[in-house]
Amino acid sequence: MNPLWLLALVVWPAVMSLAVAATGRWPNIRETVSVATGVALLAGVVGLIEPIAAGERPSLTLFEILPGLGFTFTLEPLGLIFALVASALWPLTTIYGAGYMRGNDEHAQTRFFVCFALAISAAIGIAMAGNLLTLFVFYEMMTLVTYPLVTHHGDAESRAGGRIYLGILLTTSIGLFLPAIVITWLFAGTLTFTHGGILAGTGLTALGAIALYTLFVYGIGKAAVMPFHRWLPSAMVAPTPVSALLHAVAVVKAGVFSVLKITVYIFGLDFAFKTGATEIILWTSSITIIAASVIALYCDNLKKRLAYSTVGQLSYIVLGSALATKLGAVSGSLHIVTHAFGKITLFFCAGAIYTAAHRKYISQLNGLGRSMPFTFGAFTIASLSLIGLPPMGGAWSKWYLMSGSAGVEEYALLGVLAVSTLLNIVYLLDIPARAFFLPADDDTPRGFSEAPLACVLPLCVTAAGCIALFFFAYPIISFISSALGEGA
Amino acid sequence: MIVQLFHQMPVLVVILPLMAAPLCVIAHRALPAWLIHTAVSWVVFGISFLLFVETRVAGRVVYALGGWAPPFGIELVIDRFSAIVLLLVTGMSALTSLYARASIAAELPRERAYLVYAAMLLCLCGLVGMTVTGDAFNLFVFLEVSSLASYSLIAMGPSRRALLSSFQYLIMGTVGGTFLLIGIGFLYVMTGTLNMADIAQRLQGVAHTHTVEAGLAFIVVGLSLKAALFPLHAWLPNAYTYAPSSVSVFIAATSTKVAVYALIRFVFTVFGADLAFDSLPLGDVLIVLSVAAMLSGSLAAIFQTDVKRLLAWSSVAQMGYIVLGFALATGAGLTAALTHMVNHGLIKGALFMAVGAMFWRMQACSINDIAGLGKRMPWTCAAFVVGGLSLIGFPGTAGFISKWVLLQALMVDHHWLLAAAILVSSLLAVIYIGRVVESLYFREPAEGRKVARGEAPALMLVATWTLVALNIAVGLFGAAEVDATRQAAMSLLGVGQ
Repeated sequence: MNPLWLLALVVWPAVMSLAVAATGRWPNIRETVSVATGVALLAGVVGLIEPIAAGERPSLTLFEILPGLGFTFTLEPLGLIFALVASALWPLTTIYGAGYMRGNDEHAQTRFFVCFALAISAAIGIAMAGNLLTLFVFYEMMTLVTYPLVTHHGDAESRAGGRIYLGILLTTSIGLFLPAIVITWLFAGTLTFTHGGILAGTGLTALGAIALYTLFVYGIGKAAVMPFHRWLPSAMVAPTPVSALLHAVAVVKAGVFSVLKITVYIFGLDFAFKTGATEIILWTSSITIIAASVIALYCDNLKKRLAYSTVGQLSYIVLGSALATKLGAVSGSLHIVTHAFGKITLFFCAGAIYTAAHRKYISQLNGLGRSMPFTFGAFTIASLSLIGLPPMGGAWSKWYLMSGSAGVEEYALLGVLAVSTLLNIVYLLDIPARAFFLPADDDTPRGFSEAPLACVLPLCVTAAGCIALFFFAYPIISFISSALGEGA
Repeated sequence: MIVQLFHQMPVLVVILPLMAAPLCVIAHRALPAWLIHTAVSWVVFGISFLLFVETRVAGRVVYALGGWAPPFGIELVIDRFSAIVLLLVTGMSALTSLYARASIAAELPRERAYLVYAAMLLCLCGLVGMTVTGDAFNLFVFLEVSSLASYSLIAMGPSRRALLSSFQYLIMGTVGGTFLLIGIGFLYVMTGTLNMADIAQRLQGVAHTHTVEAGLAFIVVGLSLKAALFPLHAWLPNAYTYAPSSVSVFIAATSTKVAVYALIRFVFTVFGADLAFDSLPLGDVLIVLSVAAMLSGSLAAIFQTDVKRLLAWSSVAQMGYIVLGFALATGAGLTAALTHMVNHGLIKGALFMAVGAMFWRMQACSINDIAGLGKRMPWTCAAFVVGGLSLIGFPGTAGFISKWVLLQALMVDHHWLLAAAILVSSLLAVIYIGRVVESLYFREPAEGRKVARGEAPALMLVATWTLVALNIAVGLFGAAEVDATRQAAMSLLGVGQ
């Protein structure tokens, strides 16, 4: 397989963003271009499954950014999974976005779709980065191109939200992530993602490893481990399709994917486990899981509650990485997929509710389920998936996370997971329960009044995806396991 | 004939601008003066590029002025280190020449424009002379040439406050120049020679006398004044703010850097690192001052409302990065200092050009004046955004390369606190650049302000975007730049020749 494919896939959405910009005057053509670009991208990424599964690891170095540090793309199974998730959900979100943006008469729609394409380009770049420096380049690019999406409305509230967004993400990445990369470079003399890690045997002490790992995880602000999680609720001022794809899938998953990748390919699971490098993060992510769930209980704003739920769910993935075992890494990567499908469905529903009934607050949703059965049905399915009940995909990732925790004999973590599951049930199922079972308010629309088809169709598809993942989890798991090598 | 000229290149870079300056005065009109300035700047840039290539191959180019053999005559020495600084200075002059025409026509009365071009050429001559000379006294002379030219250039600024800031700079600059002269005098007393290499040789016996130590102190303080190193920076914000825009571009990108270059040259080539850093605590002093510069400059920049002044304070901070690298006195540190000298030139050049274009359009450049310009001057504002990202040290821009090399130089010697100071200063840069960008894109023009539309003239945009493109190119292909600066640093330390 020609490694130039990797470059082509990274550049493709960015190039096509020009076409989107050029066709800005004709919205139908513009959205067709967007969707076609997304479908082509998905086809390209799917085409890579076979060679990667067969053990190929295509790699391409374009030029040297710094002496000895190339601008390098390499594809391995974890990256492919992330790329697949991002590219599969993008066309759906574009369709949804078209319905939402038109349904709400948003301004600057062209800028919106252009930035969207660029963000996907950055996500694919992160997925295929061959070394930490390349990953960092795309990580920062993603922060930058999503900023106009967060401040889309341009009013004082979204400017303030954008300031927090940019402030926290740049502070963490420049203040913590960058020095962590430089330290890694000084110790290891390389930044290439390598099977088994690059830090073992470099003279890094156990204490140093703990410090470095902590620096990395907090440096990756996109993973939203507390106390650097505030940017995510702030980003909810963005239009809902942005929250759906970027702040439930592309941006936040780029964060946790980076954590996972650094754990597996920079530290190496063995080295991380032996030195206990992940010790601090193990507990801070546990605290985040509980604390975020508790905060979510008290949020009346629907999108805000989903945002805090995301903060908690992201820490599941960080926790999985921090277990530093094969089971943990598998659960983390699997949860990237299942949470992506679950959370995007929930955001799609939130946007559909806003478009159809202009409701933002959970207390206003009483009885709405009878007039929006599809939306709230999908909401229920996705909630069950996030809670981790079969037959939804989320059941598997929680299963692996629990067995991973039990495997390293951290029984307190099992307690954390159990409590958070209970909290999940309370704050998520509360919403469809209100909609279906409580009596409607006086001004709640009667009869069937769903959002436009372009909004409802994608959320049904992703909800179906949540169920499908339950039955198709095994190939994904064995695919990930092949990346991590034998033994645990 | 051609070969002859080739041998004369080291002197041509100094002589051409010097002789062209009176031609501008004789021409007496804006257009011919501009043509002369542009032509000479580009020719000198071309020659500098050839010299750069020559030093890459040969290591050193030496030229005996007037055929008088050194140490009796004046010697011009271009090694890998000075070649890079030379390339920066002449390159910035060449790009500024493209930019200057429209900008100066808008800011100054027509009948005085030719004087700006003449003075800019003199300033170029002085800066180039400082870079290429191998003679200590000659360096002082060229420093004064460039300084006098800058005083008059700043005084020509469009507002009356330019006169006062020029006067302020004149006082400080003269003190600096005098200190330098006194220091050189001390060296002459002890060695009886003015040729740098010769002084270095003869100093070895007398290095630890108080006279030599005092000489070093005078030279360091004198050049720090010209380099605007904290706490000797008071002249800089006013000077950059009130000078004509194209003068701000040129001076901000070059003059303080050449002063630091001269400082590095004196410390490493004349005195030797042992005397300055081991016997005397120059390193410790400079480290403290540079950290103070980074933090105070960035903090002050946050509270500015005038964008030019904001950039000027940011320059004070950025000089801290450069001096910090130099103060480490290691190969990696010098590499970082030189890399950032070049990159900061590219960054500040681009930023001042963008702000100058906004000034050209609005006749003002406070944060409120430029509100909402993002839609009306998309190219200029985009240039500012990229330049700002580069200043912050965003990956994919020149500033990132600087930051990486500097962090690496600090961390390899376990200076964790200094590394943290750099990161904090970068984050402060996020705030002050963010304020400007937010005003450009997310605020509406104030009520009652006339809404001027339209982009800056093509040549201004070409110059600005050339620098922006260079920022990105360096950010992506930084390995080549770092290789060159590393070799230059090694040649200065006398390693690997």
